Amino acid sequence: MDPLKPVAAGTPSPGGVPAAPDLADLLRSAGRGDEQAFAQLYDATCSRVLGLAIRVVRDPAQAEEVLQEAFLEIWRTAGRFDPDRGSPIAWLLTIVHRKAVDRVRSAEAATRRDQNYHHQNQPVDHDATAEAAHASLEARRVRTALGSLTPVQREALELAYFGGYTHTEVATMLDLPVGTAKTRIRDGLIRLRDTMGVGG
Amino acid sequence: MSDDIHALSGAYAVDALDDAERAQFERHLAGCDICQEEVDSLREASALLAETTMVTPRPELRNRVLTEIRTVRPLPPLGRGPVAEDTPEAEDSEGSSSEDSSDDSEDSEATATTTDLGARRAARAGRVRRFPALLAAAAAVVAVGVGSAVVLEPWQDNTSTPAPSAVDRIQAAEDAQVFRHTFEDGSKAVLYRSASLNEAVLVTEDMASAPDGKVYQAWLQHDETMVSAGLMPEGPDNTVPLQGQPATADGFGITVEPAGGSVVPSPPTVLYIPFEKA
Repeated sequence: MDPLKPVAAGTPSPGGVPAAPDLADLLRSAGRGDEQAFAQLYDATCSRVLGLAIRVVRDPAQAEEVLQEAFLEIWRTAGRFDPDRGSPIAWLLTIVHRKAVDRVRSAEAATRRDQNYHHQNQPVDHDATAEAAHASLEARRVRTALGSLTPVQREALELAYFGGYTHTEVATMLDLPVGTAKTRIRDGLIRLRDTMGVGG
Repeated sequence: MSDDIHALSGAYAVDALDDAERAQFERHLAGCDICQEEVDSLREASALLAETTMVTPRPELRNRVLTEIRTVRPLPPLGRGPVAEDTPEAEDSEGSSSEDSSDDSEDSEATATTTDLGARRAARAGRVRRFPALLAAAAAVVAVGVGSAVVLEPWQDNTSTPAPSAVDRIQAAEDAQVFRHTFEDGSKAVLYRSASLNEAVLVTEDMASAPDGKVYQAWLQHDETMVSAGLMPEGPDNTVPLQGQPATADGFGITVEPAGGSVVPSPPTVLYIPFEKA
């Protein structure tokens, strides 16, 4: 069995997330004001949302605020999701990620950012039990796929995505020539995309 | 450097651009389908990273979210119908509700301004002069069609409040004023003004395009004279510093004018905001 073979659409994943068509239906209904549908959408995606927010903003209280802001935005703009352009989860997490990065950058605008690269690799304190319960098949596939990136691509991508750093900051932190971090990030994303078979 | 613009697609997909580069790349995206498709596909990949980092929220968060959404109206899909009648003075209770918890203080300030409008106008009758001959028509908003170039959220950055430096300056001023308005179609206009800095900036979100051959024009009113404050650029989301003297102006307005603008405003007024006199 090829561990990286994409799961067929419609197959329920062990993580308990409804398959893609269901999320799209929920989004469409939520866009029409269906609060029940939105509640289901929340239940299906809130762990990813909070997990991502915590990784980026680090402070659990602020991560909760990011979650609330993001879901409010998701509710407000659900009617504008276009299934032809991408998956519901990517659409949703794009909103979350942007809000998380905006928050962490504005919070640090007045204070000097911690440029200690090694500090960024320490996991944020959170409920380890909860995280272990979510070690889904998909997560294992993603970690495997990340193994196919070069170390620099992987580090650049993680600093950008989870660290919320700009590509120029990433270049500094990784001692890369100016302008090469954005290439590494793009190459890493392309490799991840193609290995996981998404974004087709 | 322009050859490198496509190379920003990966960084853009993971929000790894600073404000200046982000604005530059989004302008590029508006006209580059190839990059737009690539950004969409790279966002699919970046979303996979969140698979590896899930944390269960506590139940209270669910209650908070589901309660909050009840006071917020979902935006209609883009491309739908003409804009209905909209009275600038009437407070859109759904549109003014806080959609961003960090903006709470500003919303209450603007709410106080617009809901007290009637009382203040009555009290200052004659002192506040409106666009002559336009007030009667102020309730009607020109029905605008939505062009084919609309970009759907969130692939265009119109979800988070843009933070250009002029807005930052104004907000940091002691006499900063923020006027928020939500139109019937869900589009928003926010006007930031500081008399002490003599600066004002208009920020629009989700604005429908002006009709063919027309352009939105901003005005600053000084007593009974309307002075052009500039033409608004195309696009649903814009940050427009106003030209002229916001410090001494009595009010601000937007009208629809022929391409190239006009010397005097044409009815009807799309939006009118009076400024308080200190």
